[in-house]
Amino acid sequence: MFDLLKYGDRTAVITDKGERLTYAELDAMTRIDVPRGLVFCLCSNTLQSFVGYLTCLQSNLPVVMLDGSKPKDVIDALVEAYNPEYIWDGELKPTGLKGESVSEELAMCLTTSGSTGSPKFVRLSAQNILSNAESIAEYLHIDENERPVTTLPMYYSYGLSVINSHLIKGASILLTDGTYAQREFWNFMREQKATSMAGVPYTYEILKRLRFFRMELPDLKVMTQAGGKLNKDIAKEYIEFAAEKGKKFYVMYGQTEATARMSYLPWESALEKYASIGVAIPGGKFSIIDTEGKEITEPEKDGELIYEGKNVSLGYAECRADLAKSDENKGVLKTGDVARRDADGFYYITGRLKRFVKIWGNRCNLDATEQIVKSITTNCACAGVDDKITVFVTEDGLSEQIISLLSEKTGLNSRAFEVRVIDAIPKNDSGKVQYAALQQLLK
Amino acid sequence: MTNLEKYTNVFVESFGITAEQTTGLAYQGIEAWDSVGHMTLVAAIEDTFGIMMDTDDIIDLSSFEKGKEILAKYNVEF
Repeated sequence: MFDLLKYGDRTAVITDKGERLTYAELDAMTRIDVPRGLVFCLCSNTLQSFVGYLTCLQSNLPVVMLDGSKPKDVIDALVEAYNPEYIWDGELKPTGLKGESVSEELAMCLTTSGSTGSPKFVRLSAQNILSNAESIAEYLHIDENERPVTTLPMYYSYGLSVINSHLIKGASILLTDGTYAQREFWNFMREQKATSMAGVPYTYEILKRLRFFRMELPDLKVMTQAGGKLNKDIAKEYIEFAAEKGKKFYVMYGQTEATARMSYLPWESALEKYASIGVAIPGGKFSIIDTEGKEITEPEKDGELIYEGKNVSLGYAECRADLAKSDENKGVLKTGDVARRDADGFYYITGRLKRFVKIWGNRCNLDATEQIVKSITTNCACAGVDDKITVFVTEDGLSEQIISLLSEKTGLNSRAFEVRVIDAIPKNDSGKVQYAALQQLLK
Repeated sequence: MTNLEKYTNVFVESFGITAEQTTGLAYQGIEAWDSVGHMTLVAAIEDTFGIMMDTDDIIDLSSFEKGKEILAKYNVEF
């Protein structure tokens, strides 16, 4: 997959534990000869996971990137649905399981909702991964002098795209599991002279709170933001701050279904178009369609955003047999997001067709959340806005129990959830929950 | 309420734990005290004591005990 030898003696990775590998060393470590089979890679941002991920890609083993901190029962349920031949947990271990054959095209699967433990995966090919990495490297002008610090987990499409887009250019990745709430993280990024960082909207809200604008970080040149919509006033503040300090702040948009990135806001337009997700990435193309599926060509009109490009995933999988499927999307993705284009050709997200919200950058499916709550009370419905899921119930006194179960099952901080008691869950005549009515209550 | 009671209460409320659990509690020691929980905690401490903490103090607040030392700088006596 990656031509690691091209960068021979350059440093590929430096960890917060002081470990270091050159591209040549990484190449030698990641080429193994074992029968092709599905691998579950239980990830954290450590050298072991990094090597595990690359071993799978370099040795033609289709890999599923999973959050290694998930409770055992969540991983077990996924093992049952997918029968992986191997598990990478620091080393490649055969499981003794044997599943149906996997498409030759399949290189990797990512979870659609890391948090709810749903077995729905996005299927990605080597071409998906490489083409997206190339596009990103092109618009961010990544070269071998870059030193990105990993601020996002590698099982998350955005976090992984940071790694991939730098590996293809021979840059040095600064790998840490630490967070911006810890002194160790800041020490590591300062000592190692990190040149870029990535964040979801919540990251940038918090960094503001940490007086990021007053921090001395002379080596940090690029900040990227994706994983949900950053409040436009905050985006503006970061763009202005970056402009003043000779740094760059890139607003971007994407989905795991498109490997990671679909758009970016070019830096030269950032001050003027700060509320926009920008334009399609190099090699990609956007269009907007109306409810009949007809393309909307005039500006300032809402419709569903459609993306075309080589990074559009092969499709979904919900069980092992699905991994044999070929390319179902054929390079076209209906994003489920409602968008409009301005007269200059810049795109703006204005709404969402699908039932999911982003919680601190993690996509959370509201239907899946609702299923979890149903084990406590069936009379419930979930609605939400980014960074807050509201569970509507009709019974008093369940709040604590529901929140602690949701927090446990999703691994999200309990602050992500609130429980509201209402007289009845609004339903239409056929008994379908009226989510629009619930959504209104959140305003 | 004494300052210690107020301080303990901030942890209890922010993380949904009991007062006993605060003893020896450290960052990432419980699920609720992750990076998100950390900022909730900081905001609650600031509100409770009417202070604004410096960045260095926010990222140094790595345990229940450490927090008490940090608050001393802001003239919160225990």
